[in-house]
Amino acid sequence: MNEALHTPASLRARAEGAAASLPPLLLQAERLAATVLMGEHGRKRAGPGDAFWQYRAALPGDARRSIDWRQSARSDGQFVRETEWQAAQTLMLWVDDAASMRFAAADRPSKLRRAQTLALALAVLAVRAGERTALANLAEPPRSGRAQLIRMADALMDGGDAPDYGAPRPRVMPMGARAVFLSDFLGDPAPLTDAMGAAADRGVGGVLVQILDPEEEAFPYDGRTIFESMSGAIRFETLKAATLRNDYLTRLRDRRALLRDLCARTGWRFVAHHTDASAASALLTLHAALGPVR
Amino acid sequence: MSGLAFTTPLLLLGLILLPILWWLLRAVPPAPIRRRFPGIVLLLGLRDDESQTATTPWWLLALRMLAVAAAIVGFAGPILNPRQAGEGQGPLLVVMDASWASARDWPQRIERVEGLLRDAARAGRTAAVLPLTDPLPDAIEWQGAEAWVERLPSIRPRPWAPDYAGLADLDVGGATIVWLSDGLDRPGRDALDATVIEGLRPVLGLTPATYEDGIVSLPALRSPAAGPVAVPVRALGPGPNGGIVELARAEAAFPDGAGEATVEFDLPSELRNRIARFEVDGTRSAGAVALADDSLARREVALLTVARGEGEDLLDPLFYLRRALAPSADVIEGDLDTILPANPDVLVLADVARLSPAEADRVEDWVAEGGLLLRFAGPRLAGSDAGRAAEDPLLPVRLRDGGRSVGGALSWGEPKTLRPFDEDSPFAGLPVPEDVTVTSHVVAQPDPTLATRAIAALADGTPLVTRKALGQGQVVLFHVTANAEWSNLPLSGLFVRMLERLAIATRPARPDADALDGTVWTPRVVLDGFGVERDAGDRAGVAGEVLADATPGPDLPPGLYDGPAQSLAVNVLAADDALAPAAYPPGTDVQPMALQEETDLTPYLLTLALLLVSADVLATLWLGGRLRGGAVAVLALALSVAQPPAAHAQEEPPAIPSEVALAYVVTGDARTDEVSLAGLRGLSEILTARTSVEPDPPRGVDLEADELAFFPMLYWPVVEDQPLPSADAYAKLNAYLRGGGMIVFDTRDADIGGFGSSSPASRRLRDIAAPLDIPPLEPLPADHVLTRSFYLLQDFPGRYASRDLWVEASPDVDVVEGMPFRNLNDGVTPVLIGANDWAAAWALDEGGQPLLPLGGGFAGERQREIAFRFGVNLVMHVLSGNYKSDQVHVPALLDRLGN
Repeated sequence: MNEALHTPASLRARAEGAAASLPPLLLQAERLAATVLMGEHGRKRAGPGDAFWQYRAALPGDARRSIDWRQSARSDGQFVRETEWQAAQTLMLWVDDAASMRFAAADRPSKLRRAQTLALALAVLAVRAGERTALANLAEPPRSGRAQLIRMADALMDGGDAPDYGAPRPRVMPMGARAVFLSDFLGDPAPLTDAMGAAADRGVGGVLVQILDPEEEAFPYDGRTIFESMSGAIRFETLKAATLRNDYLTRLRDRRALLRDLCARTGWRFVAHHTDASAASALLTLHAALGPVR
Repeated sequence: MSGLAFTTPLLLLGLILLPILWWLLRAVPPAPIRRRFPGIVLLLGLRDDESQTATTPWWLLALRMLAVAAAIVGFAGPILNPRQAGEGQGPLLVVMDASWASARDWPQRIERVEGLLRDAARAGRTAAVLPLTDPLPDAIEWQGAEAWVERLPSIRPRPWAPDYAGLADLDVGGATIVWLSDGLDRPGRDALDATVIEGLRPVLGLTPATYEDGIVSLPALRSPAAGPVAVPVRALGPGPNGGIVELARAEAAFPDGAGEATVEFDLPSELRNRIARFEVDGTRSAGAVALADDSLARREVALLTVARGEGEDLLDPLFYLRRALAPSADVIEGDLDTILPANPDVLVLADVARLSPAEADRVEDWVAEGGLLLRFAGPRLAGSDAGRAAEDPLLPVRLRDGGRSVGGALSWGEPKTLRPFDEDSPFAGLPVPEDVTVTSHVVAQPDPTLATRAIAALADGTPLVTRKALGQGQVVLFHVTANAEWSNLPLSGLFVRMLERLAIATRPARPDADALDGTVWTPRVVLDGFGVERDAGDRAGVAGEVLADATPGPDLPPGLYDGPAQSLAVNVLAADDALAPAAYPPGTDVQPMALQEETDLTPYLLTLALLLVSADVLATLWLGGRLRGGAVAVLALALSVAQPPAAHAQEEPPAIPSEVALAYVVTGDARTDEVSLAGLRGLSEILTARTSVEPDPPRGVDLEADELAFFPMLYWPVVEDQPLPSADAYAKLNAYLRGGGMIVFDTRDADIGGFGSSSPASRRLRDIAAPLDIPPLEPLPADHVLTRSFYLLQDFPGRYASRDLWVEASPDVDVVEGMPFRNLNDGVTPVLIGANDWAAAWALDEGGQPLLPLGGGFAGERQREIAFRFGVNLVMHVLSGNYKSDQVHVPALLDRLGN
């Protein structure tokens, strides 16, 4: 089994494995009203839903058919049976499948594989929690259920020729959904800014997960080197790579600061992850970021 | 002989490595690593802050190659102009044209011959040296080459041409022949099959001077006739003080390709008459000297003119005299007040009877100092009473009243002719023309001296010309007129020759062979090969016939020859001589004279290599953009290591002292300067220890560069070869002296001569001090304030204990009875001149111990102590002036204050 890249079957297995250790992921909905479809999230208030919430005395204006006659029959008054307001959350996932994500050094998994693992793990958690989930770059609407996981796993594996750097171009971004973008974010930040701006407009919050190989973080190169992008389209030659390290790291920091700044402005969260760290810790962080907070 | 050789030529094989090195150095830097890297977008636009070109630039490569090549060649030991080991077999015969033309580079010739002989000696060959200006020996004297080296100094160039006759017949015994040629063409150059060594400097010569129309001209010759050049020619003669000085200087401007140029001197007669010789400046050769004999000299004849009427030229008593004298003498005319100050050689009084007593006294004084007074009779003299009653000092004889007329219209008898001259007469030998007659003349009073005074007489024995000595001069009287009134003698050629014999007029030209026949000429001065005049001593006289030929040779060395009433110069070159470069037989090996010095090029090449490497370092750093101060400093350090350290890194005190400091004049002679510094240091220490003067460390003063005003006293040791200060320095020194400075001149030679003697240092001192503004000097008087300005001293010893010490002359003040000192109250003497080498006595080393020994034992120590005391007195005198002199007034001042 190729360690660096997933096959559809291994992806699902690994994602299930990663997700198994976590409680069902309950996405907190901030704007329940914006969602039309019912989900399994009790809103701790009366509203449309299946679960019993409370009995209250019927007030003038209540529809007759809303009176719970069985309860009313036990006493003199008339009672209305209220259900808890329940809404299903939508988790939109975008995994950058550009060529740059296929970089893997030493025997570490590629960034793409780690991103896919994390994305599907999140999807598994969401599905277990009854949420709906989908891949943002697909036209399919978010759905729940295991069948959706299988579809997502297939879609994630559906890689082909890819540009050097990817950019999120979500096709479906439901109002109030939550989104997780997994990428190295090394490409042009402009499309990302646009996408996040559009998402924020639609009330979508979420997490940016920057996945980097430790080599990209440390730049342990020296000597005369010709750097090439993963597709080989971009070349850069240096005579003493070591002398570029500081400048590179500065630029990396700047890029990260840019991303954090972007997140801060749109209400997203930013998570950096290295492929030499365990996927579980990243998933935990993401769970915490997406899960019930406050 | 010139060329390049290597001590270890095999090392040059290392040069083969250069192409390999080239290839190695050309190799590009290591191939780059190709690396896929997603972060590349972050790298884009970054620049390597140290750029490194992929290939070494060709010029840097060339620099390195050159450095390596220089090192390789340097280690191979290149030697420029290597001296080849003695070559040839068998005896070595060195033939030298030891002529005047060889004298110009004689030392090089001797050195060259010595080199040849030493080479031959190393090879164990016998040798002989044959100067061709000496008579050829019958057989060549073969000796060990070493023995000939010893004899070389005795070979001198001769002031004549070498004689090649008989050279071809010489038995050279199969020897290797080297001929040191003087470079002049002479017949017989092909007499020997020899290797010729020739000097490169042109031969310069001067031919005898001629005088015409007031201009002295002498043709200068040269060989070979190369490009245009101007050669300075000097005219030398006795100066006002008797020494030989340069009277005039002119240039012989040789045009391009010309072998002859004429030098012309336009000189006042006063100078021209003094010229003793002409010489080409800077050339030591007898040929470059032209001795001047009497032919240049013109006597100055003064004619006393008496105002007369116009239109009487032919009757003027001076008319014929002028005509007779003009070609051969400088004639000045005027009254006595005009002509006597000109100090003429001859004063002519033509029919002047009486001079005023004052004038007569002056003329008499002038004659007594060596003048020649020539008087002619005439109606006035005949009619006057001069020399009648008693002998007039200005007349050689007493005269009878009136005169005598013979053969005239109113007299009987025939006009008188002249009697042949006596043997002891100055006119002896002059032919007497028959047609010279005398019709009137003044008659001498017979007296016992008349016979000795008459030097020419008429046929009847009546004196015609009389002469007497007066002091160092003489008075000559022609008893006839100077015009044709009384006699036709002035019209004859005899008159002119009589004037010549009286040394009034000089002969215009060289006597011809007939005139020389039978005469004997004694050499007065002879030239040696270098053109130096030597006293002829008791050389034998030379027969006139030999002189007529005038080709200098062993029996007729060039020089001045004295003959009857004339001196004659024999010069190396005759008037019609020409110089031509020597033509050697075809195939002759002609080598230059100068043997180029062997030069070891190793240090130069290694230094070059080092410099190139340094340049390479710099260039590499520059290419890498890392050329910073540190790198330059490292490089400078490397360069300073490469160069030999400065001879003596001395800690120099600042140029401007903050305290009083003693100073000495830097002479350029290292030892002298060292002693001066040590001496002044010693004196400074003594001053600090004993007096309130605590001077700064002494320092040397460069007269050209340093400011003198800060030093109260300059100690100036005089070195004989010290260069004279420049005009600027003199101006500075004079300003220093006027500003109250004091210079102590120390000739340091009291052991070999006191002040005023002619030691080299004192001569130099005279030259140095001549332009200085120095007042009259006197020997240090016993009451000079220097004797008591601190210590009471009467001796001023340094290393020598001479008492010759000169200071500014004190004004003439009488000694007051009972006063120990004269009442002198003037300033500090600006100069002090002595010869005692004080610095040597004062000199202390760093540890305070005497640097130089002085005398023996206690006496020496005592002398040093006195020397120090003199130094203290000197500095006290300089600093406090005549303060001690003022103490003389103290009793008077106290007296006035008290009462």
